[in-house]
Amino acid sequence: MYRGDIPGYVVLEDGTVFDGFGFGAQGTVLGEVVFNTGMTGYQEVATDPSYHGQMVTYTYPMIGNYGAAEPLLESADAHSRAIIVREIKNTAWNATCPEAWVDWLVDRGIVGVAGIDTRALTRRIREHGAMTACVAAGHDLKVDDLLASVRAFPSMAGRDLASVVTCAEPYEWDGGAGWGVETPEPRFNVVAYDFGLKRSILRNLAAVGCRVTVVPAGWTAEQTLAMKPDGVFLSNGPGDPAAVGYAVETIRGLLGKVPVFGICLGHQLMALAVGFSTYKLKFGHRGINHPVRNYLSGRIEITSQNHGFAVEPPGVVKAAMERGSVVGDGGVSGLSADDMVLDSEFGPAQITHLNLNDGTVEGLRLLDIPAYCVQYHPEAGPGPHDSHYLFRQFAEVMGG
Amino acid sequence: MPRRTDIRKILLLGSGPIVIGQACEFDYSGTQACKVLMEEGFEVVLVNSNPATIMTDPTFSHRTYIEPLVPDVVAKIIEVERPDALLPTLGGQTALNLAVALSENGTLEKYGVELIGANYEAIHRAEARDEFRECMASIGLRVPDSAVVRSLAEARAALKDGLHLPLIIRPSFTLGGHGGGVATSEADFDAVVKAGLDASPTHQVLLEESVLGWKEFELEVMRDKKDNVVIVCSIENIDPMGVHTGDSITVAPQQTLTDPQYQRLRDASLAIIRAIGVETGGSNVQFAFSPETDEIVVIEMNPRVSRSSALASKATGFPIAKIAAKLAVGYTLDEVANDITRKTPACFEPTIDYVVVKTPRWAFEKFPLADQTLTTHMKSVGENMAIGRTFKEAFQKSMRSRELDVRPDVPDDNDALVAKIAKPSAERYDLIFEAYRRGVTLEQLFEATLIDQWFLEEFREIIEAEDHLKSFADKGGVSAVPREELWQAKRLGFSDEYIGRFLGATELEVRARRKAEGIIPTYKSVDTCAAEFEAYTPYFYSTYEQENEALPVPGKESVIILGSGPNRIGQGIEFDYCCVHAVMEMRQLGYQAIMVNCNPETVSTDYDTSDRLYFEPLTFEDVLNIIENEKPKGVVVQFGGQTPLKIAERLHAAGVPIMGTSQDAIDLAEDRERFGDVLKRLKLKAPPFGTVRNEQEALAVAERIGYPVLVRPSYVLGGRAMEIVYDEETLQRYLKTAVKASPRHPVLIDRFLEHSTEIDVDALCDGDDVYIGAVMQHVEEAGIHSGDSACVIPTVSLGDTAVRRIEEHTAALAKELGVVGLMNVQYAVQQSDHGGASIYVLEVNPRGSRTVPFVSKATGVSLARIATRVIAGQKLRDLGLPGWEESVAAGRVPSRRDLEHVAVKEAVLPFPRFPGVDTTLGPEMKSTGEVMGVGTSFPEAFAKASLGAGDKLPRKGSIFISVADAEKDAVVLMALMLNTLGFRILATEGTHRALVLNGIDSVPVMKHTVGMDRRAAGETEITTVVDLIEAGEIDMVINIPRGRGARSDGYEIRRAALRQGVPTMTNAAAAHAAVQAIANAHRRQDISVVCLQDLHTRLAATANGSQAGR
Repeated sequence: MYRGDIPGYVVLEDGTVFDGFGFGAQGTVLGEVVFNTGMTGYQEVATDPSYHGQMVTYTYPMIGNYGAAEPLLESADAHSRAIIVREIKNTAWNATCPEAWVDWLVDRGIVGVAGIDTRALTRRIREHGAMTACVAAGHDLKVDDLLASVRAFPSMAGRDLASVVTCAEPYEWDGGAGWGVETPEPRFNVVAYDFGLKRSILRNLAAVGCRVTVVPAGWTAEQTLAMKPDGVFLSNGPGDPAAVGYAVETIRGLLGKVPVFGICLGHQLMALAVGFSTYKLKFGHRGINHPVRNYLSGRIEITSQNHGFAVEPPGVVKAAMERGSVVGDGGVSGLSADDMVLDSEFGPAQITHLNLNDGTVEGLRLLDIPAYCVQYHPEAGPGPHDSHYLFRQFAEVMGG
Repeated sequence: MPRRTDIRKILLLGSGPIVIGQACEFDYSGTQACKVLMEEGFEVVLVNSNPATIMTDPTFSHRTYIEPLVPDVVAKIIEVERPDALLPTLGGQTALNLAVALSENGTLEKYGVELIGANYEAIHRAEARDEFRECMASIGLRVPDSAVVRSLAEARAALKDGLHLPLIIRPSFTLGGHGGGVATSEADFDAVVKAGLDASPTHQVLLEESVLGWKEFELEVMRDKKDNVVIVCSIENIDPMGVHTGDSITVAPQQTLTDPQYQRLRDASLAIIRAIGVETGGSNVQFAFSPETDEIVVIEMNPRVSRSSALASKATGFPIAKIAAKLAVGYTLDEVANDITRKTPACFEPTIDYVVVKTPRWAFEKFPLADQTLTTHMKSVGENMAIGRTFKEAFQKSMRSRELDVRPDVPDDNDALVAKIAKPSAERYDLIFEAYRRGVTLEQLFEATLIDQWFLEEFREIIEAEDHLKSFADKGGVSAVPREELWQAKRLGFSDEYIGRFLGATELEVRARRKAEGIIPTYKSVDTCAAEFEAYTPYFYSTYEQENEALPVPGKESVIILGSGPNRIGQGIEFDYCCVHAVMEMRQLGYQAIMVNCNPETVSTDYDTSDRLYFEPLTFEDVLNIIENEKPKGVVVQFGGQTPLKIAERLHAAGVPIMGTSQDAIDLAEDRERFGDVLKRLKLKAPPFGTVRNEQEALAVAERIGYPVLVRPSYVLGGRAMEIVYDEETLQRYLKTAVKASPRHPVLIDRFLEHSTEIDVDALCDGDDVYIGAVMQHVEEAGIHSGDSACVIPTVSLGDTAVRRIEEHTAALAKELGVVGLMNVQYAVQQSDHGGASIYVLEVNPRGSRTVPFVSKATGVSLARIATRVIAGQKLRDLGLPGWEESVAAGRVPSRRDLEHVAVKEAVLPFPRFPGVDTTLGPEMKSTGEVMGVGTSFPEAFAKASLGAGDKLPRKGSIFISVADAEKDAVVLMALMLNTLGFRILATEGTHRALVLNGIDSVPVMKHTVGMDRRAAGETEITTVVDLIEAGEIDMVINIPRGRGARSDGYEIRRAALRQGVPTMTNAAAAHAAVQAIANAHRRQDISVVCLQDLHTRLAATANGSQAGR
């Protein structure tokens, strides 16, 4: 499917128009347009609830190469409102993928536009920052109307999207470790808050011996503590962490009472609970090649990332960033973990991980109580497996 | 922890001559390493025997040794230079093997040299097959079931023990799978195993479970000493397992695996580099992947920079060799900046937003007797790479980057066509397209090839689009194609010429229509990060998109230099050397230098080399598009060999300013008739010749000019299909089988000047003055292609009068043609008995030649750089060239005249790669690379060049001689000398009798054919010359056949000698040089090594001295 007959457009709020052709469902959708730089994992990305309400541009130009499959789902639904690609493939030659990608999208009513100069679009987002856009596929569309609708669209900032994507009722994960990995006998009871939880996280928790009960975002600390878990997990999820105040309160009620591990939005919420603040990145980190330094081990991890907000770095990190580039001894590489300990009402908090590309905060921990979190995605899905140790560490914390 | 301070001087090993499996990718990696180490303040000592490389240019290291890459010589250099460390991972398998040898023989320990970049144990674990298997098993990875054997008997036992056919046979420690093969039946098992044992320097081969048909992937991995590991690039082979990756069309990134599947390969690669213990640097890991069972097996791991890492570097913009060099001297990945983004570190994994396709280039037309099936044994001589936004676009660009001159033979019958496709070949993909055109289905093709259906579907879509375009042919042709259709076709990578072919239009008509519709290419950056960060490095490819990123840089005049495309026999690294020098010089002159090339192995396609790099096919269309985008001051076509010259005329016609030698001058030199007039005007002699368009004319012309004649098709490179014909009958056969003469493709017939000396001259001309780079004498006599002949500076057997006349002829030709820049002239000199010499002009090429780098290194005068200045408008007389004033004062053409040393260039031939091919030399060029030897005399320099080329001339032992009657006189003196030096001489009947008559001690030995007959007749106690060679009892062979007749004996002798690695001389001149070299070695036992910088300093000193003395 290198060409099609249905006109398709991407119209940005700054007035830039890209034209191509529609390949998925027809229709007009609005939202924040973001780009993901992974060369594999398009289905995982499209089903990651953290993309809820956004529209994903894939920078890799051929999307759909290997098809689609149930085990690649990160949630039951597609969350990206629209899919923007250079060339779309609708084939299923890979033996592990019984479905074709376009068919899968059409079945879920996702609007898709192909033939787009996605590199130009990405550069535009890089220069101007995240933008609202309209993606439309269909006949008789007028670009002026599309632009007007983009400009009338309310900003997503400050909206609590976690409550939109969370589960309605608690449930127990029964999917095991997946991917042919042996699921061990559960040794720990873990409560996982679903702010937009990815299945890969559940699989990884199962793989280290966790029996996981997933609970809705609004589940209170009391409700959780009543379940007497060995540990609590805070999931990833979409939107602005500052809008999820109730969850911050919940976390404050849990810290110190039970080991806590957070990922992505879970990391941002824990940081807020401890007293850090958060801010919106110019265009976010979305891809599977981001280098992160673990200041505790000294090692670099290549990580999977998907976030538009980040934890405000402490002064010591900002000063290091101003001193020079992230490369070499001058900048953040010159810092040590001991330099990055701050006081908080939960005792000393330490920045443990920083992004090597731009110095953003990628992980922190509390030194007096068992609680730690990372901004990136150690569960991969998609992406490298360099950071699986964080799950083993969770088991150790609960076991000890 | 930045750079180490405990080492100061580093010895870097290059990879030697270009051979199949080890080409200019190691010039690229080595040059990068040199640059990095120099920048870091280390003293760099480089050893590489290949003078055509850029890295051996004296400005790229402090101490450059163009010396044979053998343990004795390198040990001597270590003794002289006393380096602190040896970096062997950037010079291919040659450097790695040499490092192993120097480690094993104690040299490194003796002189306290530390191996950096890899350690001995890691090399061994990766290279020794059984250790590798064990290592993989220890981390839970599987290698194909296999057995390591050291003899045929052991191999047979392993087969009985349960190994299943088909089996892949891989010799240990060889390049590019050299000597390997596939045994499908017990019948061919013995032969393949035996060939493998012979090829392995350790007489060890691996018999391995065949995973034929599995998908093949490669990952490029880097690790630093803090154990940070990144994957730079994944590469997928379109051809499934069974075809050597160097012979496969490959794609980056991998296309057909899901993320979980890909991550398994990534996890495995990380585990492997750690388990093997490569502490710093890059490695390449190859996997086979079963699409049916999802199983992975590890095929091999190269603990060094490789051909694939050069490809990966160009494909992603991540410079593996450069970073490997930094890691080797102590940096970690996070301490090194990504050059392209500047602001982010090299410790990350590149992500790309385009597709890269690499296509090999073969040279089977040169070796008609070679088996052309592609196997695990690499046969290609070069490659191109193309970048497009989609696979289809990149694939089509790569197909046209091949610059093929022949179209494949397509069987008429579909079954025969599919059967032909089933066998991997150079033409496979052209045939697949043809099959789709004829309605063969994807399923049929999958069954025949096991190529992943994803790729087969992509190919089918290309043909569907082609069909769609064709439908407009009847509707009014190109002017009737709607804009949208043309736009879509261009986005799929169709060239204008291709579109025109199906619409009955010329390329220019399609171009005009396309441009009228505003359909012009855009250029996108290669930036390692899919546009996530701003890129500072202008490295571009074309595609048809909305946004153009390559906007002209205002305020600075630009110059475009066209490269030489994929390496092939006759056009290789020498031209890249010239292009790179032109770029460097143009930059120095203040121009913005823009490079265009499509060869991923080269230094010219390193984004660090030029101000702007366009990685694009070198076709008229693609080049003109770039010119229209850049609007340069001019385009330089004289450094990239025949490739840019071929399109120069059309570029000129399109109004493009060609810098340097004008298009008319090029035509004047290349058009036989016009050139004949030039010679007449200058009163220069050329061998009588004629241009013929049919057989009748050919016979008449040959009759008129007299046999022997040299016949060849017009406009060819590297002597393609050129032959020496001694009689009418052979001429008829040639015209029937080899080349058909026709009005469009005339055949050239020249008188062949037997027993003449060939001379090559590289010269510079600015329109007014001429400077002679060097007058070179070929060691082999006329009739052997200049590219295959050894050659020497200065001339050793020409009188000064002859040299003077040659210089004058050259100057006259350059001025008459109007050359501005470089020129190469070939002459044949017939020295008569009464002292005079007849000089014939054979050929003039108004461009940089193959010998430019050799001459530059031998004389210390950088011809390509000076030519660039001349092209930019400077005058030779203003450049202070060495020897200029003395020459003028002496009334001679300016040239350096103070050389006290002798430099010999020797060709390196790919015969071991092509079982069954005869090893004699002729007018068709067959060599892939060259080496240089420097000494104080011709014999010494020749001996070093021979050693560098892999021929170990014996000091004692037995020499076998067999020559044609016409050569018997020539051989007598040599044999006498060999006798005197204590050699035992063996000869077959005719030669033996001639030697004995001349008082030489000779032992008669039976001819191979006679022996075969007698064996057939039932005799058992038979020893023929071939048996003796096979038994290792012969140390050198002098075998000189003449013409085409009665070759079978000689053929068997030469093949046996090749198998045993016995030096073989197939012509009298080469034999003579070899005997001189042997005699010289007897007199002077010590190895002398020469540093190029010292040599050039000495020259400069003498030049200054002579000036001061005036």
